[in-house]
Amino acid sequence: MNAAGIFSANGGRKRLAAALVVALLAIAPALAINFPALTGRVVDQANIIQPDTRVAIEQKLADLEAKSGIQLVVATVNSLEGQEVEPYANELFRKWALGEKQKNNGVLLLVAPNERRVRIEVGYGLEGTLTDALSKVIISNAMAPRFKAGNFSEGTSRGVDITVLTTDASEWQKRPSLRLDYQQPVDPANWILLAALFGFFILFIVSPTFRWLFFNIVLNVLASSGSSRGGYSGGSYSGGGGFSGGGGSSGGGGASGSW
Amino acid sequence: MVVSMARIRGFFAVILLGLTVAGCGYNTIPTLEVQAKAKWSDVQNNYQRRADLIPNLVSTVQGYAKQEREVLTSVIEARAKATSVKIDASQLTDPEKVKQFQDAQNQLSGALGRLIAVSENYPDLKSNQNFLALQSQLEGTENRIAVARRDYIESVRAYNTELRTFPGVLWASTFFRSNKPMAEFAASTGSDKPPQVKF
Repeated sequence: MNAAGIFSANGGRKRLAAALVVALLAIAPALAINFPALTGRVVDQANIIQPDTRVAIEQKLADLEAKSGIQLVVATVNSLEGQEVEPYANELFRKWALGEKQKNNGVLLLVAPNERRVRIEVGYGLEGTLTDALSKVIISNAMAPRFKAGNFSEGTSRGVDITVLTTDASEWQKRPSLRLDYQQPVDPANWILLAALFGFFILFIVSPTFRWLFFNIVLNVLASSGSSRGGYSGGSYSGGGGFSGGGGSSGGGGASGSW
Repeated sequence: MVVSMARIRGFFAVILLGLTVAGCGYNTIPTLEVQAKAKWSDVQNNYQRRADLIPNLVSTVQGYAKQEREVLTSVIEARAKATSVKIDASQLTDPEKVKQFQDAQNQLSGALGRLIAVSENYPDLKSNQNFLALQSQLEGTENRIAVARRDYIESVRAYNTELRTFPGVLWASTFFRSNKPMAEFAASTGSDKPPQVKF
């Protein structure tokens, strides 16, 4: 392939078009799966969970995370897009990055009502607690029979209840940072902050230019916020509402079932 | 004073050189190599995990289906063979060796598949709690193998591509002459999907 040839004549343009088509085809499989966005602890794309059940489940899951750090998310999808439930669940889990990055303590409960498939995908860190056998029991005893009867809300709710029960107690013990007698270790970030503050004061005392610059900036900020009457809000930290994964990953632990 | 100035300059020059070399991707090849090898050990661990489940599974099935001697023996033999073929990370560049490993594991997968098909005929076995637990563990392990293989294939692809494309190829042909591309799994095995262990 020579670049000049591609752009020269009419035939060259065709070749360029062909190359573009090939490139698009190469990209297409990578984009083929259209995963739902992680909008909350219950992502009900297939719309099979009743609103009141949904609120109850969300509350339970928020409590679970507050208490044990475990991030459990329920997802229902309209279609597995031709994939088996196992690779789909694994890719979705990794895309959402459920659980803390260091502990990989996330769980994904995936229901695909149209394919009649359900899977509990367990993060690396919880494989010892929520074992494959246990996940299978939860699916085949608590969920599948209710799904078979068309009762998705109750099936999902029961599945979440039992999963929470099994993960909760054992993780609670393992997480000393939540106990009252636990002393917070000093974060290295705090040291950096302290050093920065120290440097700031030194500069403030020593350098007149720095003082001038500082006052200018402070006055500017005060002036602009005064004129827009408290207009400045937000920043890097967004208060409530936002929900995202913590960077956890899964290696395919858990179990799947059908009904 | 002049000497110390030169020293300071030299010091910064070394730091700068280090940063530039790192920025040019000197680290990329070793990093990708280490990653691919780690992924390989995941693959091997998961196959080992499967092998560890088998004695328990065989003895459970034996309790209900003694007459299926042939199938049971084939599983035991295939397991012995599969566990004897080991690859350490330095042998990953040898496609022949990787293929051997692959063949041994595939043979075990086949034997396991037959064992599970046979157990369909024994209702008592199918409702045994121990068997049900083992079955779900086996399913889970097969799925973990599939995930680990996928991750390994991806990281090998990244490593091999780095060896052959710019700027990695510059480093590969100078400092990392001993780094050879790693063998990918043969696509013909059809293990992109987890094997369906249906009971």
